[in-house]
Amino acid sequence: MDPRVITHLRALEAESIHILREVVAEFQRPVMLYSIGKDSSVLVRLAQKAFHPGKIPFPLLHVDTTFKFGEMIEFRDRFCTDIGANLIVHTNWNAIHEGANPYTLGTQKCCGLLKTRALLDALAAGPYDAAFGGARREEEKSRAKERIYSFRDSFGQWDPKSQRPELWNIYNSRIDKGESIRVFPLSNWTELDVWQYIHLEEIPIVPLYFAKPRPMIVRGQTLIPVEHNPKLMPGEEPQMVQCRMRSLGCTHCTGAMRSEAVTVPQIIQELFVMRRSERENRVIDHDQEGSMEIKKREGYF
Amino acid sequence: MSTTAPAAIEDFLAQEQQKELLRFTTAGSVDDGKSTLIGRLLYDSKGVYEDQLASIEKSGLNRSSGPLDFSLLTDGLRAEREQGITIDVAYRYFSTPARKFIIADTPGHEQYTRNMATGASTAELSIVLVDARKGVLPQSRRHAFIGTLLGIPHLAVAINKMDLVDFSEEVFNRICGDFREFAAAVGAPDCVFFPISALDGDNVVTTSERTPWYRGPSLLHYLETVELNSATRFPEFRFPVQYVIRPSLDYRGYAGQMSAGTIHPGDSVMVLPSGRTSRVKAITTWEGDLPEAYPPMSVAITLDDELDISRGDMLVNPDAMPHVSRRMEATLVWMHQDPMEVEKPYLLKHTTQQVKCIIKRVRHKVDVNTLAHGETDRLELNEIGVVAVETQRPLFYDAYAANRTTGGFILIDPITNATLGAGMIREPETPLPLELETGRLTGAERYSRNGHSPAVIWMTARRELAYLLERKLFQRGCQVHVLADQEETHLLPELARISMAAGLITICSPASSATEDCARARQFAEGHSFLELQHRDIAAEDEVAAVQILEMLEARHIL
Ligand SMILES: Nc1nc2c(ncn2[C@@H]2O[C@H](COP(=O)(O)OP(=O)(O)O)[C@@H](O)[C@H]2O)c(=O)[nH]1
Repeated sequence: MDPRVITHLRALEAESIHILREVVAEFQRPVMLYSIGKDSSVLVRLAQKAFHPGKIPFPLLHVDTTFKFGEMIEFRDRFCTDIGANLIVHTNWNAIHEGANPYTLGTQKCCGLLKTRALLDALAAGPYDAAFGGARREEEKSRAKERIYSFRDSFGQWDPKSQRPELWNIYNSRIDKGESIRVFPLSNWTELDVWQYIHLEEIPIVPLYFAKPRPMIVRGQTLIPVEHNPKLMPGEEPQMVQCRMRSLGCTHCTGAMRSEAVTVPQIIQELFVMRRSERENRVIDHDQEGSMEIKKREGYF
Repeated sequence: MSTTAPAAIEDFLAQEQQKELLRFTTAGSVDDGKSTLIGRLLYDSKGVYEDQLASIEKSGLNRSSGPLDFSLLTDGLRAEREQGITIDVAYRYFSTPARKFIIADTPGHEQYTRNMATGASTAELSIVLVDARKGVLPQSRRHAFIGTLLGIPHLAVAINKMDLVDFSEEVFNRICGDFREFAAAVGAPDCVFFPISALDGDNVVTTSERTPWYRGPSLLHYLETVELNSATRFPEFRFPVQYVIRPSLDYRGYAGQMSAGTIHPGDSVMVLPSGRTSRVKAITTWEGDLPEAYPPMSVAITLDDELDISRGDMLVNPDAMPHVSRRMEATLVWMHQDPMEVEKPYLLKHTTQQVKCIIKRVRHKVDVNTLAHGETDRLELNEIGVVAVETQRPLFYDAYAANRTTGGFILIDPITNATLGAGMIREPETPLPLELETGRLTGAERYSRNGHSPAVIWMTARRELAYLLERKLFQRGCQVHVLADQEETHLLPELARISMAAGLITICSPASSATEDCARARQFAEGHSFLELQHRDIAAEDEVAAVQILEMLEARHIL
């Protein structure tokens, strides 16, 4: 191998850093959507690298539904302090005060208010003209065609038919007042790339990703965490299950998986053996065929 | 779950981290079997996740009757699922123990040219599908042409549905021959041919027993081993500055992605457009300083001198500069409903620069199927033409064929902000160096008559000063004239050379900095007889500046 051919992880890293710098150079008020999950952790590390030895030149925005795991919030606050990031937390308190929750509203409506609405409000409040997200094209079929720069009209809506062609590494960053873009620097990363990079770079992640005995409701193949008191079906009893989270969302919508993996290499190994799609356990995706795409049109990531 | 020993997984990960990345694109007409081929590559490389398979069984929309329709794996958006067609560029990912792959999947229909150009722009290899029963079609030529135009270095031709022609060697050879013929006509890179059945898997991942006459590798094996020939890449250092990192007064780093060449601390670099030179102090990254950087690394470069450098500037090898010009010819792929019109204002984005531009004229358009040239003054959606572009500020560019990142640009509508088209800049036709017989008078004879040596004085954007200096020199009895061209700055060096030969003092005053032309003029006029005036070297008032210049000419013994 030519010593000057770089490895796939370094090639992906270089591409992502290029994207981060382009956006910061060309937009007035960029922000990074920080979900606390592993993809966010990678995104933050890439931002640190892109502007080293400077600080990350934009805030991190977390949309807190208040139904997250306590461990996530603890990690978020410690991590952001450690790296000196400017963290902004936004919650749709109006909806919460009116009693919004996944159990009585159903996951779709709940997500609409506490995630989508809250996100759009937070972006408008900035006002931010560019928001980095950690979405990857490989995650879900409808994302395979998502651009790296994804345009939103002044209502934050996405139109799959009017996206701009993207050639080479030249991105068209022109927007009108009130419009904004979502930017996905991890577009070309796979779940495996993300895990390998976390391993290689020793990036800190929320302990929820590692297996340990946790109180769970076992519903068929699905494990539902008991945090935030989900509704029990008749005959259900919480029980301790050795498990970990495959992806992090609100406790209600994040299925856990049985696992023994307590290190990143073990997680990668499990990934290889099982090869299940990342979102398999996210209850949200089973609601409706193509549900992700509908949410995306409405402004959810 | 299998229980691999910890050491085994660590070894495995260490090996995984050494993998290279190959981006390729697929091209084929509708029903050639492209989706099936991609589906099989994904499936056979275990890249398809269990639950994605499960959701296909659930959706119950299978278009063909087989047990598992691979092509459904690769379809995306709802609208497409309903219409049963794919309508855009979709990216797929899979990896094998040898390499990681990114496929830019572009569907075959009317939007084809635009989508394929997009997918091809980042690809290093293209797989062109040909249906064995139909042989080489006009569309196949289009696929080879667009791939070549976008500079894809490798072309793999998958002759598919070999199961429907009894795996006939004769059919295979005939198609190879037909394909080679027009591939040569479009100047395509070397082609490699594969007799495959995407449906049954023959020669896709493993070689097939049903083609005993075929000695080559499977398609996947080829993808895993094809040389990513970095050695032949464009060797000259090019670094478009994206962003200036300035966390404190002691650090000023120019952030960017290596476009071409290699760079080391201590190397001298030239900054465009200013033409200033300096040396690389350090190549800084989060991991620490690097001894060397090369494409496609994203780094930050610090320089020995404090220069005024900002986004849109480019650091280059001073001994092998890019072209610097406001005029260029490019092959343009038009990607928008509204046709391209000459003399209409557009925005042009090239590396990290965005400038206003107009298309001066369309030299000709190219029929993608027949390659025939046609006359026109506009380009419609999906049309390709060779155009003359003029930008408001000079671009620093190389021919696209030599280096994709400094040779490619996009056009943007300044009103709607839509991306309109993509351009590949062509190597400018260099004016022929004139071979002139300049007579028998010697330089010494001319000197004794004129009372001065010939010289070239180069000053940018000081037209009035040029005329004033001309008058002052004339009054001193010198043979002098001004070459002040707004447009054809590339002619200046040649004209200056002829004037030199005639013993004149020539004042070249281009409207904008034409760094490359200046460098050529300097080559023609040797040593002391070339005087380049930077704005900082001379006074702002013309009268004072003229006197300063006269002093300089005296100091050089030109006067
Ligand atoms: N017999 C045979 N049929 C094939 C082969 N490859 C694809 N097909 C069939 O050809 C049709 C078109 O294939 P598809 O992959 O959808 O074509 P696309 O339009 O190029 O994506 C489908 O019915 C496939 O099952 C092959 O190698 N042999």
